[in-house]
Amino acid sequence: MLIFYIFPFYYAISSSITPNSELFSKSIKLFPKHPTFKNYILVFTERPFYKNILNSIIVAGATTILSLIFGSFAGYAVARLKMPGKVAIMSLILAVSMFPQVSILGALFQILRSMRLINTYQGLILPYIALNLPLTTWILHNFFKDIPVSIEESAAIDGCSKFMTLWRIIIPLSAPGLVTTGLLTFIAAWNEFLFALTFMQLPEKYTVPVAIAMFSGKTFYELPWGQLMAAAVIVTLPLVILVLIFQKKIVAGLTAGAVKG
Amino acid sequence: MSTKIKIKYKKKEIWLGFWLVLPAMLAIFITAFFPLLKTFWDSFFSFGLRPGILKRFIGFDNYVRLFHDARFMTSLWNTLIFTLISVTLEFILGLATALILNAKFALRGLVRAAILIPWAVPTSVSSQMWKWMYNDQYGIVAQILYKLGWLAPGTPILSEKWSSMMAIIAVDVWKTAPFMALLLLAGLQTIPSELYEAARIDGASGWKQFTKITLPILSPTIAVALIFRTLDALRVFDIFYIMNKSVETLAVYNRHILMDRAFTGAWFGYGSAISVVIFLIISIFAIIYMRSLNLKFE
Repeated sequence: MLIFYIFPFYYAISSSITPNSELFSKSIKLFPKHPTFKNYILVFTERPFYKNILNSIIVAGATTILSLIFGSFAGYAVARLKMPGKVAIMSLILAVSMFPQVSILGALFQILRSMRLINTYQGLILPYIALNLPLTTWILHNFFKDIPVSIEESAAIDGCSKFMTLWRIIIPLSAPGLVTTGLLTFIAAWNEFLFALTFMQLPEKYTVPVAIAMFSGKTFYELPWGQLMAAAVIVTLPLVILVLIFQKKIVAGLTAGAVKG
Repeated sequence: MSTKIKIKYKKKEIWLGFWLVLPAMLAIFITAFFPLLKTFWDSFFSFGLRPGILKRFIGFDNYVRLFHDARFMTSLWNTLIFTLISVTLEFILGLATALILNAKFALRGLVRAAILIPWAVPTSVSSQMWKWMYNDQYGIVAQILYKLGWLAPGTPILSEKWSSMMAIIAVDVWKTAPFMALLLLAGLQTIPSELYEAARIDGASGWKQFTKITLPILSPTIAVALIFRTLDALRVFDIFYIMNKSVETLAVYNRHILMDRAFTGAWFGYGSAISVVIFLIISIFAIIYMRSLNLKFE
């Protein structure tokens, strides 16, 4: 079973360091006879791939930071403040996670076009925040609920305002929750395809998933597969490292809503 | 005196809550709820994205047209078939993986991290990796299938309807079974080991322990995981869009109408009607999901 999960990665790595003469031969090849890193150089020199990586970092990074801020504000209000309409607020936010993205694709395209946000970072970041808010708000809300009220009360006695309590005490205490949510948001924004494909229409504006999907060779039938696999390996590697370091946190975040039932 | 202070304090708290909730609310209203309403509205009109196409109200005509659109019906059918088969296989493989990971063995942590990787990689990357393995000239999967005699040499896996559906399902199972496994594993770990010890003392077989203890306790987690995955599978886009053009799902067809055809003709209203139908199909499942989660905020 492990082979089933791991083999495609192995095959991608091995293909990426195989010279074209070997790669395009009709035999089963599990490792290259003459390994080469040419493909890794070509992927950056023949196409704007470094720009695509930069786009993805900017979009996913901004989405993560803004989602965490908006999500922790809303999550705190619902978890801790005495105010009406909490159930309605949370239901509205969570309802967004059920939206099929394609159902709002057309209208969102028209809206972004009229605001001249097609082919801009903002045009992608804004919808991404909405896509990720259900998860961030939900997980952070659960985190805030578990922080003892007594800590806030003593802060109030010390003359700390509610907002300062949130900013100075609650958020630092929830750092593990923020890391988990931040990681999940970052991965989701890094991987998103449908909106990125539709709202970024110039090759130098593509994010990584779109650039990889739109990979093209000199002619239509001649895809540079070795280069494509090199690109795949390059963008997979950071994710592998993140997953290996933070696997416990990621699993905790993924299972947060699901297991309590 | 003291009540007065209390009321003042509460009012302040409501205002603070309002300001704290506002950014999130604005974000989801501008980029989710408003576009959704606009899609509903647009679905009653005939118009296109190119300027000069007159926008006119046509009532439910777009919806009536859907039933006579063979391509829509095929993509609906494809989506349902894909959802049914892939979610079933993911569940079986995910449960098997979860049961293995629940046993204690050396390197368990590493294996658990390794199976997270298919989940973490962008779908477009995994689609391209598999597309290369399926390549009819040089791909390793194609070559193995040819050697085994399961496929005539040179048969393009991704351009024939059924073989490409199966090939795509394999990729989806590969990508999401780990997610399923981790959800189920978290559920498995809540089962107290005393239950199994007691069952062993009473002489219950492994299979009996599985059907009488594991499955009943795990069933709420299973339900959530299945609905989660079903919602995702129904809106599948990336894999189908990237891997082939011979089998279409609802989302792929919908985007084609909205983004390719609407620039040349009056197709946008029709595309919006498809969007609404997709939304309604998924809402039905989502309502079941909400009920089964039984959300509580207090």
